[in-house]
Amino acid sequence: MFELLGITPQALYGQLLIGLINGSFYAVLSLGLAVIFGLLNIINFAHGAQYMMGAFIAWLGLTQVGPWIGDPEFHLNYWAALVIAPLLVGAFGMIIERTMLARLYRLDHLYGLLLTFGIALIIEGLFRYAYGVSGQQYELPEVFQGAFDLGFMHLPKYRAWVICASLTVCFATWYVIERTKLGSYLRAGTENPRLTQAFGVNVPLMITLTYGFGVALAAFAGVLAAPIFTVSPLMGADLIIVVFAVVVIGGMGSILGSIITGLGLGLIQGLTKVFYPEASAVVIFVIMVIVLLVRPAGLFGREK
Amino acid sequence: MMKRRILSILIGAALTGSLASPAFSQPAKPAAGGANISDGVVKIGILTDLSGLYSDLSGAGSVLAAKMAIEDFQAAEKGKTFAIELVSADHQNKGDVASNKAREWFERDHVDMIGDLVTTSTALAVMPIAKEKNRITIVSGAAATLITGKNCTDTNVHYVYDTYALANGTGKAVVKQGGDTWFFLTADYAFGQALEKDTTAVVIANGGKVLGSVRHPFPGTDFSSFLLKAQSSGAKVIGLANAGTDTTNAIKQAAEFGITPKQSLAGLLMFITDVHSLGLKVTQGMYLTEGFYWDFNNETRAWSKRFFEKHRRMPTMVQAGVYSSTMHYLKAVKAAGTDEAKAVMRKMKDTPINDFFAKNGRIREDGRHVHDFYLLQVKKPEESKYPWDYYHVRQVIPASDAVMPVAQSECPLLKK
Repeated sequence: MFELLGITPQALYGQLLIGLINGSFYAVLSLGLAVIFGLLNIINFAHGAQYMMGAFIAWLGLTQVGPWIGDPEFHLNYWAALVIAPLLVGAFGMIIERTMLARLYRLDHLYGLLLTFGIALIIEGLFRYAYGVSGQQYELPEVFQGAFDLGFMHLPKYRAWVICASLTVCFATWYVIERTKLGSYLRAGTENPRLTQAFGVNVPLMITLTYGFGVALAAFAGVLAAPIFTVSPLMGADLIIVVFAVVVIGGMGSILGSIITGLGLGLIQGLTKVFYPEASAVVIFVIMVIVLLVRPAGLFGREK
Repeated sequence: MMKRRILSILIGAALTGSLASPAFSQPAKPAAGGANISDGVVKIGILTDLSGLYSDLSGAGSVLAAKMAIEDFQAAEKGKTFAIELVSADHQNKGDVASNKAREWFERDHVDMIGDLVTTSTALAVMPIAKEKNRITIVSGAAATLITGKNCTDTNVHYVYDTYALANGTGKAVVKQGGDTWFFLTADYAFGQALEKDTTAVVIANGGKVLGSVRHPFPGTDFSSFLLKAQSSGAKVIGLANAGTDTTNAIKQAAEFGITPKQSLAGLLMFITDVHSLGLKVTQGMYLTEGFYWDFNNETRAWSKRFFEKHRRMPTMVQAGVYSSTMHYLKAVKAAGTDEAKAVMRKMKDTPINDFFAKNGRIREDGRHVHDFYLLQVKKPEESKYPWDYYHVRQVIPASDAVMPVAQSECPLLKK
């Protein structure tokens, strides 16, 4: 069969694995979007910009913070960035939610979309003004230098870490929202905010924290991406449209849907890169069209 | 109702790209000396990428270069010249956005010359409109040989570089170093395809072999799948027929997957901003071909340092070319005594170009600016003595070798 396809099994496994790596990025990013949409009904167009901010904070911490504070030897290493960047970007997200988004909940989705789109343009513009688009290079942490020899391919250690880290985060998020008491409050809060509030749950606070968490997920993905992609103000804009397609295919707001679809589409895209690379950018949108025709609510979405 | 209106505005804005099109103008000087200047002002438009992946190598730096050229021209003429105005806009690397803007500029704003035009698809979109409206285009940013080949126009100049020069510089040098089997990673649009085609011809002509190629969507982010294909081809050299962050991402990921240094990479179009971004550690030893290098001689250094003062980055060949070509254009307008395109173009083609950018440069009938190129090699980190000291100049490629011979050209303007 492999001979028929003109590719050796080794090469195919390698490509599938790479698809899975890209898919895990899609999964983390679309998960954040799905959480925000599912619980807040906000279409967060600033997600790509927030992902970029995560990567930039990692880079700033590693190379720029030292000179700023007058101690060139000081570095914020990768592990610290993995914690601090999501916290900072999450806090930034919560400020946006409190000061701006909170005023839009009673209005149509489109207002939230417009606002976040505008915020994304402003953030990207500011970073472009400050750092240009050629991009910055984030040095691979020393622990991850080198690669595993899997026989069929040479898997960089860092890429293996990316898969583990993102799958863990995805699963933990799903578990918290679907299987814990906190998650049930969240879901109740979105289903019927007034009734939930009547039971003594502070719904506005919960919503703010949820938005902060969704945004922090984007920043987390940004830090994961920093060592393998050029850190540039445009890195999020290039990815966000694909991630939106993933969310739509998975079913808007479906947590599990976005994880599975993210990974699945990464694989499909990986295969397209083998057999017809020219179509690898468009294949996701073709799938989106087909899914919307057959199941308008997405693969895992429920019709309301 | 309201909802629908907002949605249509949003979609409209996203599609037509009218979200960001800053334009500013140089205060017009009183007209004097220019007898036949249409509307009393020579208007120059820099149509470039102000927000996307090519905005560092052209973008705001190109606008600045044009502004410097106008100021220097006015200073040299001691103010006794026609009024000059500068406008700029973002074409977002999209042909349709570029052609809409060009029409608007020509029809409504009476722009006389459009410069920069980075990204081949935008250059090819604007050139025929300029011809139809009898205005001038000077392409500094785009690369495909089509611009002075099949698609050539008599109102266009291709000023800085093209894929033929890149292929003949870098391609030939790498084959001579023993890199005789190639695999291409190609950006899937006019420029990438042209670069692949021209380099393939050079590799074969020099006794090398091309084992295959893969075309990636533009712009791309993750190149690992494509790189694995290149790896399994067993080619000694992976030719990167792309540009900007596509090239830098591919180089970075090739190192990550252990492809380099077993196989070597040839960046067929790399700018000094890319090398600056990647750093010498990753790029050392790579060959590249440019039409200009800031640190070549005293003249190039003097101009580049002035540019650096204002822009905080050294100029790329595109930005230097925008300055030089804008200056050449303004001198031609003065000599012709009019801004009518045909007359100005005649002057531009009749007058040799001698400045920091080119020595004895001349513009051929097909619009190709024939000038020398430089084969450069990226220095090792320890060889770099001061900021932006990045290249060894390995060879000055004479204009006759760097430019496609008339006999090979498909431009009808040369077949008289």
